[in-house]
Order: sequence, then structure tokens, then C-alpha cells
Amino acid sequence: MSALTLEPILKGRRSQPHMLIETLLDVQESNGYVSTEDMKIISRELGVPEIEVYRAANFYKALSLKPRGKNVITICAGTACHVRGSNLLASQVHGLLGIGTGETTADGLFTLEQVNCLGACALGPVVVLNGEYHDHVTPAKLKALILKAGGQEKQAPGKKRAPVKTSARKEAAACANGKKRHSSGKALKS
Amino acid sequence: MPTVKNATALEKLSSPESLEALRKDIQARSRQTKITVTMCGGTGCCASRAQDVMDALRTEIKKNRLEYDVRVRITGCHGFCEQGPLMIIDPGNVFYCRLKPEHAADIVSRTLAGGEVIEDLLYTDPVTGRKARTESAIPFYRAQDRQLLSLNKLVDPLSIEDYIGAGGYAALAKALSGMSPAAVLEQVKKSGLRGRGGGGYPTAKKWAECAAAPGEEKFVICNADEGDPGAYMDRCLLEGNPHLVLEGMALGALAIGAQHGYIYVRNEYPLAVRHARAAVESARAAGLLGGNILGSEFSFDVDIARGGGAFVCGESTALIASLEGKVGEPRPKDVHTVVQGLWDKPTTLNNVETWANVPSIITNGGAWFASKGTKGSKGTKIFALTGRVKNTGLVEVPMGTSLRTIVFDIGGGAPEGREIKAVQTGGPSGGCLPLSMFDMPVDFDALREAGSMVGSGGIVVMDDKTCMVDVAKYFLTFLRDESCGKCSTCRLGIDRMLEIVTDITEGRGRLEQIDLLMDLAGTVAAASLCGLGKTAPNPVISTLKYFEDEYRAHILEQRCPAGVCRSLIEYSIDAHACTGCGTCARACPHGAISGGKKQPHVLDASLCQKCGICISSCKFGAILVA
Repeated sequence: MSALTLEPILKGRRSQPHMLIETLLDVQESNGYVSTEDMKIISRELGVPEIEVYRAANFYKALSLKPRGKNVITICAGTACHVRGSNLLASQVHGLLGIGTGETTADGLFTLEQVNCLGACALGPVVVLNGEYHDHVTPAKLKALILKAGGQEKQAPGKKRAPVKTSARKEAAACANGKKRHSSGKALKS
Repeated sequence: MPTVKNATALEKLSSPESLEALRKDIQARSRQTKITVTMCGGTGCCASRAQDVMDALRTEIKKNRLEYDVRVRITGCHGFCEQGPLMIIDPGNVFYCRLKPEHAADIVSRTLAGGEVIEDLLYTDPVTGRKARTESAIPFYRAQDRQLLSLNKLVDPLSIEDYIGAGGYAALAKALSGMSPAAVLEQVKKSGLRGRGGGGYPTAKKWAECAAAPGEEKFVICNADEGDPGAYMDRCLLEGNPHLVLEGMALGALAIGAQHGYIYVRNEYPLAVRHARAAVESARAAGLLGGNILGSEFSFDVDIARGGGAFVCGESTALIASLEGKVGEPRPKDVHTVVQGLWDKPTTLNNVETWANVPSIITNGGAWFASKGTKGSKGTKIFALTGRVKNTGLVEVPMGTSLRTIVFDIGGGAPEGREIKAVQTGGPSGGCLPLSMFDMPVDFDALREAGSMVGSGGIVVMDDKTCMVDVAKYFLTFLRDESCGKCSTCRLGIDRMLEIVTDITEGRGRLEQIDLLMDLAGTVAAASLCGLGKTAPNPVISTLKYFEDEYRAHILEQRCPAGVCRSLIEYSIDAHACTGCGTCARACPHGAISGGKKQPHVLDASLCQKCGICISSCKFGAILVA
């Protein structure tokens, strides 16, 4: 982002160091991550040393220093979701896409994130896919969500999904056999 | 009256009398509305597709030309999230639950136009099988005392008129017409209100210290950084009734002599952020925030700041650092924040629920509030009842209600006939309490004595499928990730404790490690600066105290009694129970299950990652865990 595109975010916040977190959150929201260039501009405009901007951007979980995938899967890892099996969901994503928490598939389609609690504990396990909340998510439900999201991005309309599943499983089996996986996220591309 | 999407703007109110006149006007207008449909639009119901139901309902209302007779009010959370989306229809107080968009046509033509109650949409009591027509007939609601939560269903959070119509800002008007700051403080003192955020510090004491602190400029802060996993009452209050929180803050500011307030709200609660912002704007426009409120000498304004997703920022000094735009690290509290807080000025920081309790204390008097609860803990408290229990949701009960009432009478016990063995209260700072202690009254002092705490009010129910060592590991992992790293005892101590507990869950545990674990727990608790580190060992200490047999089973028998710890369990398929439907084989992300159509399937143990996905997919209970 250039200084010009950051303008609406910086407006009214210049030379106010205490607006640092709010500014970073807005940049994160509009751009999906906070780039080095953004941090330099913010440092200059707010009057906060670069090292402090970086430290804050690195400290707060809501801020990401790397670009995120097109689809962001957020799994709630709160206590209520945990005792209802939310860890199965992370396993499912790992099995399907080969990514762990905080990682993005090589094709940039999916990012997996875990959050401590989304405050929808009564409906656990909860998953947020691209800002949309899903309740009582089972591994099967999550798989359907992921395939749908991946399909929207990559598959031509009318193309069958069956081969995608097979390929995902083959690759997963290969992984479980100890073979190294070459490109994560490939499963959905075939 | 059509529903309003954006915050409603009112003309500036110049005196308490003009507020009362407006209230009468609003109430008169609302009496003219023939039918009010109240729909829960909280995060929980929205996750259950409430938006689709609302859209369908609006279309049907239009189709039936009822838009001038029916008001659709979208409110905050009603608390019974398990049964969402929820709807209440007035007159008659008819309560519909688990709604789907396809129900909309029937609701409009039969109930709204025809006045008929649709039996199929009513709540069915799982025990008696009886249908409940209204909220008050449902056991989940009946056993509660919903002082704060019941307001949610009367108020569209984006409409300040709704809040005023429901009696809102009357407490502020009362305080501004003749009550001195000391008189406000006196009522709060009489009420015996204690901080709802976890510590249970007497609110009036905190306010008095801040009021007495030297300095002209003072601040109040509302802590809405509800980081405790398993607790969401603050989200529900701020999202559902933001003006209640604002009014409480204004009363606090009046008592303390503060001119400015901040609401520090979690970024993970986008709806709460939006509603709080809208509430501040409409309160400013109405002259209920800003300069010379209601024509008085009192000026007070509020800003909203978002948190960055750090659990430690729930701690007062860390939160203040974050508000100042810094990294959220706690500082020593040798000088309290009531003397030197935000920008080194006297600052009073209270939790959302604490602020929300203040208006009714001023309206009804401190003695009214103190008439509920126990000797040391007054009033009602909202608990988030979650985990392995039938009725999950928000529960508001007087302090001192027993865990048994909360879990069994209100919560309905465990689903699928399982056996409840413990509850975890107080989030990562709290502890686990076994079934044998369920008759204990829940209040600040009793829970602390038992080795747990009320905390912000999360109650996570655990049954025989929950491994207590795994629970300890879960919290240690959480705390290790959330420790800010300032104190070495917290940063390294929690890590070492996690190492030991991980060893135990993976079958490498040794009996003497339990002593080392307790030793470390003592050091971490004694030598860490803030509440996060001081209370971090609680989950381990309490599980060891009440469930040592589970630790011993892991260490001595290499066995996880609940069948949770992956290294200690093996999966197999029961050939007699398996119908060969193939669901598990399709579900397994690791390709470990195979078999012919309608033939018993086989699980390849070398490929199995023990993720448990097959168990959740099998309808016949054919996957065995040994």
C-alpha cells in the first residue's frame, strides 16, 4: 500500500502515537496483512519508531505480517469448542490441504488460523470461513465447506468434484506413508 | 414502524424532563404497534442462519401487506443459543425456536395474520416431551433470574429510542437531578457490587480510591477484551445492549469525576464493535454523551478502541498499555491504576458486566441489589454454560446458586445419556471441580477456596469423554502462547510444565514428575508479575487435586481413561457393528480405512493418525477406541 492508499486510514490519526493499534488493525482489515512498507509509512506519520511499530505488529495476533490466502479458515480453539472436538477440524484441514495453523497453501488459496474464542461457545465447534460463521462444524461439514470455497475459486462450473476428493485422499495417504509432500494445497487444484 | 438499519438520531435532549417526555412519547408510539416480532440477531443465532430467516420473514410480511401492523425488531443475544434462531411474537409472548427460512410463510400467514400458535415451532422439553408456549415455561429460562439479560430482548441495539422506551438513561437522569457524586458512590457501596471480570474486587472501593486520587483529569475504561475461552457474556451485553454499558460508564464517571471513557473491545467481536460505535454516536447526538449532559454541568464522552487479539490485554495494566498504542505488556502494580493508569492519570477500569449492573443499582437503590446473592457476593451473575451439556447458553442466576442447579436444572445435564464428571470455571485462570462438589454455592469466595474462581463466568461442562490431563495440557498450551514473555517464570515455567504434561499424555510420564509439576506450579504462581502468570498453574493444580487417578492411569498403565490422548489409544473397526456404508472411508483424510461395499471395513493402523474424524462420522458406533 502506498501512502496515498493509506490516506483514509491515517486521516485524523497523524502524530498520535496512541492510535498505532487502531491504525494497524485498519490496514490489516483493508489489505489482509501489514507490509513492511505500510509499517514504515505508519511509523513516519504517527511518530512512532519503526521498531515499536514492528514490535506491535508482531505482538498482536490479529495482525499478520504475511499476505493471507484468498480463503481464510478460522477455527475456534476455545475451551467449549475444544471439549467438543475442534482439534479434529485442524486435523481435517491438515489432511486436506497440508497446512498447519498460521500457514497458507502454496497456491495462495487457503490460510488456516486458530482463534482463542469467538464467543459463540454454545454452538461449538465454530468455524469462520471468510467472515461467515458456521456452527456445530464436523470434519465432514468442514470438508464440504473447503471444497465449495476451493471450487468457487478454481473449478469451472459444472465440473465434477469427485476427482478432487480422490486426489486429496491419495495425497494424504502418501503423506501418511512418510513421503514428503511437494506442494501443499495442490489437492484442490486438480 | 419499519426497522432501522442505522443508528437512530434524536434531537439533543436538554434536561432530565425532556428525556422523560421523550420516553412517554416512545412508549405511546410503541403501544400503537399491533404486533412485534422480536428476533435474536446475536452472533450465535447469526451463525445458525438467522439472517436468512429475517429476510424471508420480511418478504412474507410485505407479501401479506402487514408492514404497517408488524414491527420486526432485531435484538442482541437472548442467551439460549443452542435453540437458535429464536423469535418472540407479541402479543402473546409466543416463543419459536430452531427456525428456518421456509417457516417464514407459515409464521406470517398463521401466527401474525391468523393469531394461531404453530405447535411445531415451539420448544419441546426433552425430559417431559411437553411443548412450551412462552419463554417462562422453558426450564432453561424458568430457573434463572435475568436482571441484565432480559433487557436484551426489549432493545434493538441500534435504536437508542428502544433503550429509552425500556427505561434507559433514567438512572443517569436521576443521578443528574440532585444526586451528588458521593451519593452515587454510596449506593454502589451499599449494593456490594464486586468486579465481574474475574478478580471480584469491590467496585465501590475502586471508585472511591480513584475519586480520591489527586489530579483533575481522570478516565474510566470498560474492559470488553473478553479473552477467556468459553465466556461470552460481555459480548452478549455490549452487542445486545450497548447503551446500558454506556449509561453505567457515565454514572461511574460522575461518581469518580472522570471526563473521558474508553471501551476496549475485542477485534474478534465485530458485531460488538459496530454496535458500540453506533451507540456512542447516537448517545452523543441525543445529548446523553458529550458536553453538559442533559443540560447539567457534567460532561463525559466515550471512544471505542479495538484489541489486537492478545489474551494478556485483559489484564488492566496491559490493557492500558495497549490503549496507549503500545505492546500489551503488564507493569508492576506497586502504584495502582486508580492512581496512575491511562497516561499516568487516575483510571477506573471495570468489566462490561460490572458497568451494566450500575444503572439498575442507581434506579432501584443499592439495597435492592444487595438483597440478592450471598454474604460476600451480591446480585446476579451471568455464566456462559457450554461444553458437554444439553442446554448451552447464557445463564443469569443470583450469586450462590449451586453448580448442580446450573448444570442439571438449567443445563439439562449431559447429552446422549453420558455422565458429567466435572466443570471448569474461570477460564485459563480457574480450575476444574468434580461432580462431588456440585452442591457448593457459586460465589467469589467459595470457588476460590475450592481452588478455582468465578473468573469472567465461563462454565465448561466435561463428561467421561473428556480427559482431564488433556484439559490441563490444553490450558498450558493456551497460556504458553498467550504469555507476553516479560517474566521468566511465566515464559519458561509454563513451557516446562507443558513439557511434563505432554510427556504424560504421550506415555513417557514418570511418577516423580508429578512432584516436579507441583514445584514448578508454586514457582510460577509466586514469581510472576500479573494475573496471567499468577493463576496459570490453577488448571494443573486443580486437575491434580481432584483427578490424580487420571494422571496415574496415564503414567502407570499407559492408558487414557477417556480415550482422548492420541499416543495412548488405538482405533479399530468392530466387524459386527460395521454395515459397510463407507462413510468413514470417505471421511478419513488419511486414507486409512478401506473395504468393499456392504462389507465390514478395515482400519490400517499404520496409516491411522487417530484424528477421530471416523468416530464422528460413524452412525453405528462401529469405530472402537482401545
